[in-house]
Amino acid sequence: MTERVLGPGVPPPPDVLLEVRDLRTYFHVMDGTVPAVDGVSFSIKRGETMGLVGESGCGKSVTSLTIMRLLDIPPAEIVTGEIWFDGRDLLRLPEAEMREVRGNDITMIFQEPMTSLNPVFTIGDQISEAVVQHRHVSQKAGWDRAVEMLRLVGIPGPERRARQYPHEMSGGMRQRVMIAMALACDPKLVVADEPTTALDVTIQAQILELIKALQQESGAALLLITHDLAVVAETVQQAAVMYAGKIIETGTVEDVILRPKHPYTEGLLRSIPSHVPRGQRLNVIKGTVPNPFRMPSGCRFEPRCPYAFEPCHEFEPPLAAPPADQSQQVACWLHVPEALRPGRAAVAPAPPVPTEAFVQVESVTRQ
Amino acid sequence: MSAPPASPAPRTGAASSRSNGEVLLQIKDLVKYYPIMGGVLRRHVGDVKAVDGVSLDLAKGEVLGLVGESGCGKTTLGRTVLYLQKPTSGQVVFDGRDMSTLSARELRRIRKRMQIIFQDPYGSLNPRMPVLDIIGEGLVAQGISDSKVRIKKVEDALETVGLRRDYTRRYPHEFSGGQRQRIGIARALALEPDFIVCDEAVSALDVSIQSQILNLLLDLREAFGFTYLFIAHNLSVIEYISDRVGVMYLGKLVELADSAETFSNPRHPYTVALLSAIPDPDPRIRKKRLVLKGDVPSPAAPPSGCRFHTRCWLREQLGNPENCSTEDPPFRELATGHRVACHYAEQVSSERATSAAAKAPAVVSADVGDVAEIPFPSLQPPGPPPV
Repeated sequence: MTERVLGPGVPPPPDVLLEVRDLRTYFHVMDGTVPAVDGVSFSIKRGETMGLVGESGCGKSVTSLTIMRLLDIPPAEIVTGEIWFDGRDLLRLPEAEMREVRGNDITMIFQEPMTSLNPVFTIGDQISEAVVQHRHVSQKAGWDRAVEMLRLVGIPGPERRARQYPHEMSGGMRQRVMIAMALACDPKLVVADEPTTALDVTIQAQILELIKALQQESGAALLLITHDLAVVAETVQQAAVMYAGKIIETGTVEDVILRPKHPYTEGLLRSIPSHVPRGQRLNVIKGTVPNPFRMPSGCRFEPRCPYAFEPCHEFEPPLAAPPADQSQQVACWLHVPEALRPGRAAVAPAPPVPTEAFVQVESVTRQ
Repeated sequence: MSAPPASPAPRTGAASSRSNGEVLLQIKDLVKYYPIMGGVLRRHVGDVKAVDGVSLDLAKGEVLGLVGESGCGKTTLGRTVLYLQKPTSGQVVFDGRDMSTLSARELRRIRKRMQIIFQDPYGSLNPRMPVLDIIGEGLVAQGISDSKVRIKKVEDALETVGLRRDYTRRYPHEFSGGQRQRIGIARALALEPDFIVCDEAVSALDVSIQSQILNLLLDLREAFGFTYLFIAHNLSVIEYISDRVGVMYLGKLVELADSAETFSNPRHPYTVALLSAIPDPDPRIRKKRLVLKGDVPSPAAPPSGCRFHTRCWLREQLGNPENCSTEDPPFRELATGHRVACHYAEQVSSERATSAAAKAPAVVSADVGDVAEIPFPSLQPPGPPPV
C-alpha cells in the first residue's frame, strides 16, 4: 500500500490508483492557522479498499475533501502535496478538468443522507444528472441507468421510487440512494465519508454489506473514512490511523487491529467496550487531542502517551516501517532502532530523517 | 454531595451493588402517545405510539440498560419516567410513591432525587451561562438560596467528575466535548440524586473519551450507590455498563434479562438480529451477519400482532405462522428473570440464526412486506407462488 514515495513530480506506477504525497491542508482562521492535514502520504491500488480511521478533528474528512478538491480556498490552503490519481496530479488540474474527474472517476458517499440529497428534485433526476453530464447520454438512457442502480442497491419498486423525492424515504433508503448515485458512473474510486454513522445498527449492517458487495462487483477502489475501528475491521483490507493531522500507523487491517504498533492505536482499541470484560475498568487514553493552534513540537501524541520517552517530546517520529515488520508503517520512536533515534545531544531539531537510511535498514533485516 | 471520593474503590462486580434487591422505581404498563392532528380543523386523526405498555422494575443500585433503534421509544420512556412528560396512561412509582398522585410541589421535591444526563454535550448546556449557573440552576430551583453553600456544592460536583474547582466562572465553549459531558454529569450530581437517567450519555463522544465517561459513571455508582437507567443504541456500551438489559422495539419491551444472559442467550429474534449486526473489531471474524430487511415501521401505524413480524427472520423460517401477525405476544417469563415477547422464543437458537444468515442475499431489500401492495413487479426471484 505505502510504497517508497517517489520524487516530486514523478507519477506512481500504473497499478497505483491514488497516491497522496506529503499533503498539507491548513485553514487560516481568525485565531491563527489550523494544520488540519499535516504531511499525509498514502496510496491505494486499483480495486483496493482502504480505511482511514481517527477521532473527530484528526483530519480524515479534510483529507477526503482535499482529494475531491471540494474545500473553499481560502480559508483553506493546500500548502504542499501531490495527489496522483490515475496518472495525473489532481492538485494541478484546471477546475474544468477536475469537474470531469469529480462525480465520474471519483465519487463520494457522504455521512448525512438527508442533507446531501437535494430535496426539490426526484431521486431519479439526481442519479441520472451525473450520468447524463459525464457520459453524454440521453435523458432517457440516464433515467434507465438510475432505475437500474436503484434496483442494484436493493430498493424495491425502483421505477416508482425513482419518481419520488428524498423526504419520501427513510434514512437507510436515502443512504442506498447515495450509494446508487456514487456508483452510477462506474467510478474508479469511491470515497465514503462516515457512510453509516447516522444509521441504526441493523441498517448499518445492511449498508455495509451493500457497500462490500457492490465494491467487489464493480471493482472500484474504496476509501472508507470512519471513526469506528469495528467498521474498518469488517469492511476494508488496508487501514491507516490518523491522529492530529498525521497518519500514525498504516498496514493491513489484520496488522493494525490485531498487532497495533502505535500507542495511540493500541489505546483506541483497548477503549472499545466490547474488548473489555464486564466489571473491569476501561482503558483510558488520558487527556484530550492537542489544541490545533498549539501542536506539541515533538510527537503529537506524546502528552497523552504512556510510553513517552526521551526523543518524543522534542522530535517528531517519521512514518516508517519498523525493522521487525516491514508490512506495517508506524510513526513512533519506540519502533525506530536506537542508532537512528535523535539523541539528547542534538540541540537543533533533527532534519527530516533521510529516506535512504530506512532503505538501508530494510535491506539488512530482510531475508 | 458528601465528601467527594478521593479514589473510588475498584468495582468488585456488578451484582454486589444490587444485592439487597430493594425496588426503587416501578414502571407499570406505561403508555405515551403523541396525538397527530390533521386536516383543516386540526382534528385528532391518530397517535404516534411512542411507548405502548412498558412495565419494568429497577432495583436500588442497579444499572438497567435500555437499547433499541431510533424511534423505538427509549428516550420517551426515559423522559416519561421522570415525569418531564405526563404519561398517557400507566404508573410510575418512585420509592413507593405514585408520581401521578403528587402535587406540583411534591413532584419538584421528588425530582431532586431523579436526574437526567443528556446526549448532546453541546446542545444541553446554555452557552451564555457560566458553569456555576449551569450546575447551580438546579440547586436554586430546589431552594438552596445561600450562594456560599451553592458555590461549595458546585465546586464539589466539579471535583467529583474530575474537573477543576475553579472552572465555575468559565463558559461551555471553553471546554472540549468530554469535559462538557462531565459538566452535564456534575449538574445531575449536584442535587445528590438516587436515580439518574442517562439518555445516550456517551453517544456523541469519541471512543477514547467515551471510555473516560463510562468509567466515571461506574465509579460514581460505586461511591454514591446511584441507580441508572442507561439508554443507548450502542450495544457494546450497554453490555459493558448494564446489570440488566431491556430491548425495545416500536414502543414495546421485547426482551428483558441479565446482561450476560441477553448477550449470550438472546431469545427474541430481534435481539438476535441486533446482536448479529454489531460490527466486530476483530478482522478475523468476518461473520455472515443476520441482516434484517427494511426499516423500523412507523410508530404511528405499528404492524398488527407482533410488531416485529414484518422483519422477522424466525417467522420466515417457521413458515409464517399466523398468530405472529394477529396476536400480540405476551411478555412472558421464559426463565427466572428472563422475559420475552415472542410466541416462538423457544425456537430461537444460534443454529437457526446462522442458517437464516447464510440464506440471506448479499443485497438485502430496503423494504419489507408491503411490496405486494405496490403495483409494480416485485423483486423476488421467480419461485413457487406464495400460499
